[in-house]
Amino acid sequence: MADEPLLSVRNLETKFHTDEGVVRAVDGVSFDVRRGETVCLVGESGSGKTVTGESLTRLVRSPPGEVAGGEIYFDGRDVLDMSDAELRDLRGGRVGHIFQNPQGALNPVYPVGWQIVEAIRLHEEVPKAEARARAVDLLNRVGIPEATRRFDDYPHEFSGGMKQRVAIAMALATNPALLVADEPTTALDVTIQNQILRLLEELQEEFDMSVLLITHDLGVVAEVADRVVVVYAGKVMERGDVFDVFENPSHPYTRALLRCLPGRGGRLDGIDGRLPSATDPPPGCRFHPRCDHAVDACRTGGQPPLYALSDDHDVSCVHYGPDGDPEVVRGDESAGSAVGPGDGGHVGDDAHVGDGGHDPDGESGDGGNEP
Amino acid sequence: MTRPILDVHELRKHYPVTEGVLRKEVGRVRAVDGVSFTVDRGETVGLVGESGCGKSTAATSLLRLEKPTGGRVVFDGEDVTGYDDRELKRFRRRAQMIFQDPTSSFDPRMSVGEAVAEPLRVHGMRDRNRRRAIVGDLLDRVGLDAADFDRYPHEFSGGQKQRIALARALVINPDLVVADEPVSALDVSVQADILRLIERVQSEFGLALLVISHDMGVVREICDRVAVMYLGEIVETGPTEEIFEDPRHPYTEALLGSTPIADPRRRGQGTVLTGDVPSPSDPPPGCRFHTRCPAVIPPDDYDVSSATWRAVLDLRLRVETEGIDLEAVEEYVTERGEAGPDAVTEAIREEFDVPPELPDATAERALSSALDAVVAGDREAAVERLAAAFPTVCRQRRPGFRLQGRDLDADQWTAIRSLRTWLAAQCNDDPQSVAALLAERESAGRRSADRSSDRRRQEDAGTPAERRRRVREAFGVPDRLPDGDAERAVASALDSLLSEDYEAAAATLYDAFDPLRAAACHLEADAPRDAPGDD
Repeated sequence: MADEPLLSVRNLETKFHTDEGVVRAVDGVSFDVRRGETVCLVGESGSGKTVTGESLTRLVRSPPGEVAGGEIYFDGRDVLDMSDAELRDLRGGRVGHIFQNPQGALNPVYPVGWQIVEAIRLHEEVPKAEARARAVDLLNRVGIPEATRRFDDYPHEFSGGMKQRVAIAMALATNPALLVADEPTTALDVTIQNQILRLLEELQEEFDMSVLLITHDLGVVAEVADRVVVVYAGKVMERGDVFDVFENPSHPYTRALLRCLPGRGGRLDGIDGRLPSATDPPPGCRFHPRCDHAVDACRTGGQPPLYALSDDHDVSCVHYGPDGDPEVVRGDESAGSAVGPGDGGHVGDDAHVGDGGHDPDGESGDGGNEP
Repeated sequence: MTRPILDVHELRKHYPVTEGVLRKEVGRVRAVDGVSFTVDRGETVGLVGESGCGKSTAATSLLRLEKPTGGRVVFDGEDVTGYDDRELKRFRRRAQMIFQDPTSSFDPRMSVGEAVAEPLRVHGMRDRNRRRAIVGDLLDRVGLDAADFDRYPHEFSGGQKQRIALARALVINPDLVVADEPVSALDVSVQADILRLIERVQSEFGLALLVISHDMGVVREICDRVAVMYLGEIVETGPTEEIFEDPRHPYTEALLGSTPIADPRRRGQGTVLTGDVPSPSDPPPGCRFHTRCPAVIPPDDYDVSSATWRAVLDLRLRVETEGIDLEAVEEYVTERGEAGPDAVTEAIREEFDVPPELPDATAERALSSALDAVVAGDREAAVERLAAAFPTVCRQRRPGFRLQGRDLDADQWTAIRSLRTWLAAQCNDDPQSVAALLAERESAGRRSADRSSDRRRQEDAGTPAERRRRVREAFGVPDRLPDGDAERAVASALDSLLSEDYEAAAATLYDAFDPLRAAACHLEADAPRDAPGDD
């Protein structure tokens, strides 16, 4: 039993029925979260990462949403088979959620401590006094100074970072085995983000939790992940150990995404084109319309299977399949190593636009615009 | 380098906090509190900091979208802060802004072509066909199509809308563009394209560009120089690469250290700052960063680690500001099944991560006597004892800006800057004579000086040596600066000034100092300063 992953998602499909047609937000996503590890689900807006997180405890509102297919096994039990009562027990019980905007998780008209007490008593029958003591302890552990005094404060009396700490305390109130954190630091300043990421790391150890962190920020991923799942347009493009994925990025999308990071050195490259339509996705690999390495095989059939590159690194790209040649992707000079140079990832002088790059002549090349 | 297109000097923007029907001012939010920087033609300068540091307010104030509370903004030879409405309109033709959210910056009912052409119309171009031609060309140059003229904003993605916003800013051919978080609302794959586009049009148009951002990666990617802001002040400025490679101010260092890097081998290396950003309505005295600074300076004679010192100082500051809620601590102690004053002081130490006993005996005695006062409920005594025992220069004095590699103190540097800004404001078609300027400056300095003597002085400005002395005096620049390079630059600028060549005078001073790094930190001040200058 111990080897079995805590969470196992297989071919998850979540659809939304809209006037424009069926939006296949999550279209066959598979990944595992093992006990005690942090998995990052990374993708841009529209990749389906948030819907994946919400599908895990069936938080997706139905209608219009629908978890239409696949399997979600949490601790050996099929979540898609659970009754409403069992689901309620799961949410905020064994599986905690935190979101980008902590404001949404907190009720503005109740003191924060009281809300944690309620979260505890919703799932466990404990006397109020004991729940209160536990709430104070939790506030302490998430780093709220003078927790006893702040217990009776209202959400608006906390800063953004402190609110997120309270939201974390609330999610931890029931000792969850899995914490699903959806962009938990995106609304925060970097110095506060750093505090929260470190806090999550400490708490994970302390509570022996698994964490599924959903983010668009590859920097955050590199900072906290054990394993990474890269999603694009509802499909998994690449997944694997964080070191493998960053040091040996294999899917053209992953490689392109790493090249987009500003201030990293090397050539800064965007990804041309747009996210494909979610109601009428292209055949073949979802990324092929924007891919520099697309060949005919990419344009037909379904999403390529996840080919194993190593024990813990798979990529959904035909160039890694039986008839493919990985060098087509990897040999691309412009990509290079996705991670910065060995001396610490700083911007090389040659890569930076220095004084020489500018033409101080203010009149150059814009004659047509002078009114 | 020559005289920059924009010189912002000691810019301040305060918002009053009012109370009651009479709207009596009971306090002020010091959103921008003495910010100085320059932007050259063809240069990209980044103003970087966390939310609430005042970077956006600095931008809107310098563009006069809001009226600054104080300071000077010299744009191409003229002081913008004194402009009337007509002059402002002219100024806005030359200085444009783009905003973070491309969606809310367009009228959904106006075609993008009309939106981009609007500034042309506002500034008096009546020929519709000509407007259309210009806009079409510009849409083309920002990577869209001239045929997009008649489409509406909702038909475009966020990245495309930001391209349109850029076209709109460029349409009247400005000299300066201020971009407030131009890519923060976009996905990374789109960010990269927009950043490259910004770089391209900037060099194509020879623009001066001021980029406001919280994202260190963005700043590093496109900025030539950076100014780092914290709580309404600039803490450090310098060339981008130098600042990223070797940050001098502890805040810059923390900001860089907190920015996640996409390399898992380097995880967990940054500094973790404690605490939140204080409120700008009641900024901490001294260095504003001292309440969070990991390098806050301890008194000379204490032998404690920096972490312990930080913890002790946190405790001291808490007792001084909010005080410690004894009841809550007692409750907490009782819950743990303990009692008595010792248990309480122990719990307080624990809360602040102060060790049960400080390694330094003197410090320990002072701390425990202060904690005894806290437990006895005598807050005043506790505050006094802590303040006496744990002083820090970072709280006592506001650190001035110091130029790296120049032996100038903060006052001298401020004096040189104000002379420089004043010179820059004369670099237009209609400068005043030196004598008139001096008289005005001196009477302003003395407020109610007798006007007759002013007149006399104006007519008789004295020998060249006398005039030089008076200029220095008027701006507070010492007669002989201790730093040789600085003295030479000032002397040469004064020579140009006396021959009424303001342009050369200003250029000399900008050239001599602008490429240098500067930081406002007491740690900086201690390092090179001790060698006494020759006086």
